[in-house]
Amino acid sequence: MVTEKKNINKSRPLLEVRDLQTYFYTADGVVKAVDGVNLDVFPGKTLGIVGESGCGKSITTKSILRLIDNPGKILGGTMNLYDQSHDQSQDILKLNNQELKEVRGGRISMIFQEPMTSFSPIHTVGNQITEAIKLHLNHSKNEAIELAEDWLIRVGMSNPKQRLKQYAFELSGGQRQRAMIAMALCTNPDILIADEPTTALDVTTQAQTLDLLRELQEKNGMSIIMITHDLGVIAELADEVNVMYLGKVIESGTIHQVFKDPKHPYTHALLSSIPSLATGHRERLPILPGTIPHPQARPKGCPFNPRCKDFIEGTCDVEFPKQEKIEEGHLVNCHLYSK
Amino acid sequence: MINFLIRRTVFMFVALWAVTLISFFIINLPEGDYVTAYIAQLQATGSMVDAEEADNLRIFYGLDQPLYIQYFKWMREMVLYQNLGFSFEYNMPVTEVISERLLLTMILAIACIIFIWAIAIPFGIISAVKQYSVWDYLFTFLGFVGLAIPDFMIALIAMYLFFVWFDFSPGGLFSPEYVGVPWSWGRGKDLIDHIWIPMVVLGTAGTASLMRITRANLLDELSKPYVITARAKGLSEWRLIMKYPVRLALNPAISLTAYILPYLISGSIIVGVVLSLPTVGPQLVKALVAQDMFLAGGIILLIGFMTVVGTFISDLLLLWVDPRIRLEAGGS
Repeated sequence: MVTEKKNINKSRPLLEVRDLQTYFYTADGVVKAVDGVNLDVFPGKTLGIVGESGCGKSITTKSILRLIDNPGKILGGTMNLYDQSHDQSQDILKLNNQELKEVRGGRISMIFQEPMTSFSPIHTVGNQITEAIKLHLNHSKNEAIELAEDWLIRVGMSNPKQRLKQYAFELSGGQRQRAMIAMALCTNPDILIADEPTTALDVTTQAQTLDLLRELQEKNGMSIIMITHDLGVIAELADEVNVMYLGKVIESGTIHQVFKDPKHPYTHALLSSIPSLATGHRERLPILPGTIPHPQARPKGCPFNPRCKDFIEGTCDVEFPKQEKIEEGHLVNCHLYSK
Repeated sequence: MINFLIRRTVFMFVALWAVTLISFFIINLPEGDYVTAYIAQLQATGSMVDAEEADNLRIFYGLDQPLYIQYFKWMREMVLYQNLGFSFEYNMPVTEVISERLLLTMILAIACIIFIWAIAIPFGIISAVKQYSVWDYLFTFLGFVGLAIPDFMIALIAMYLFFVWFDFSPGGLFSPEYVGVPWSWGRGKDLIDHIWIPMVVLGTAGTASLMRITRANLLDELSKPYVITARAKGLSEWRLIMKYPVRLALNPAISLTAYILPYLISGSIIVGVVLSLPTVGPQLVKALVAQDMFLAGGIILLIGFMTVVGTFISDLLLLWVDPRIRLEAGGS
């Protein structure tokens, strides 16, 4: 059973998120976890979302599947999911429950950071994988089991028959993440959202998991949204990258544009804090001064201004910078580039 | 898993043995013995018993021997002949005195457990899933009221209301014509007609606490990552709640059921007196007052046995429903 590459218009985004706002109404006040985020996910490409903990990257992707629990709420924005076979798009925010269930796990699947707790501890792995198949593909029980086995082989697991009967806690961390990937991809989704899929794994398993994702993407042609705080993972896998800071995307572009020529001082600082083996002499790594501000005490203007080395008084602490186009595809929100 | 079962079974027998020791110890706690009580009783009716006659009585009943010998005799009779001794009060073997009461107690306890589960689990689920809704507040309110009112109070209120409204006295487990007659279909039906009032009265507190426990457990489970995974898969909300978090939240409820059993029996003593139930509770009180030692000891022993065996059964149930226990128990 080989899935053929989808014959598609590569230049039209599969998913177009505009001005997404997800706020949390806590007892201490409103936290604007996601505050006007734009994203474009192109067919067969990988979009990396990178940022420090608490920048809203996870909330952004959870919002895409409307998985925000109380006290969180998606306040506004559009999330147009394009359907190539029917040449029409629908706004995920406007779907009814039935349509939403078809998108969840059907057109957009998700894998999570902690594969251990992301599986139910009292249901077998097979039960949970075949459940996804039965929900989205019109398969009988036996066909579902066969397909699940087939997917466990594709993600590189030995003894698939036996694995299906095992529980998540009987598998190793790497195997669990492979099973998770199999569960997410067995329905042939157009988009896979990977929420820090390698954070909980050791370095070797991390590399294997990333290789596996890339390999599956080449075979199936799905798009990936990769969330991580690890710039190495982004460099390895992403075609495009969005840098987030305090609920906003502050720079976006192709991996080449952003990594070779970072424009935003924050991106710049992030990239320069990666240790390099190439430089022969030993020197201190530059550090980014300060910490992420408390969510209820967002700085006025550009949220990065208190930590920015290029801070312009009277400008950066007054107004959030408009989006500026550096070149085709490379966008930045920073007053340094305001025209 | 076999190892675990063997170990667990051995522990059960150790616990049962400890129960016999404790029962025997409790029986011998009060000053004096049956003969002392017997003499006091005779004196109250005006007859006198001299010291020699009292000693003869003690020898007759074996009360003159050291405690450990009394204990071993008691144990040997119990293990070899299922004989719990002789009730001085009733002049009958203990087993005969309590057998029907014990059966009715078990029936009532099982009815209570079914009632508790049937009410507490669904209400607890609704309370957790619709947290802070009208239903949650209503069930929480009812739960606290149920916990706060002592069950004998509920029994009295129930009796009063039934008497005033329906001119019907809800005492006992049978209509008068079925008391003390052999079992028949009519008697069974009569029991079913009568059992539900004591069942509700006795089950109220257990229902309230199990509902709170189910709610708390489920609230914990509802925020676990596997719930989000299931939701991201496209499962409908109720289906996923019933399949995943509810199943996990039920495990503590299963282990709790073992503790409901002794609670129902000891808790049923006052209610049993108020509602004049033919259960072992009221009989235990009577036996203790009369210092009818083998009867009291027998009842305490059987309640203890039921608790130990109930815990064992609930452990087996947990083993069956929770693979984590099943497989980890096998590994160690």
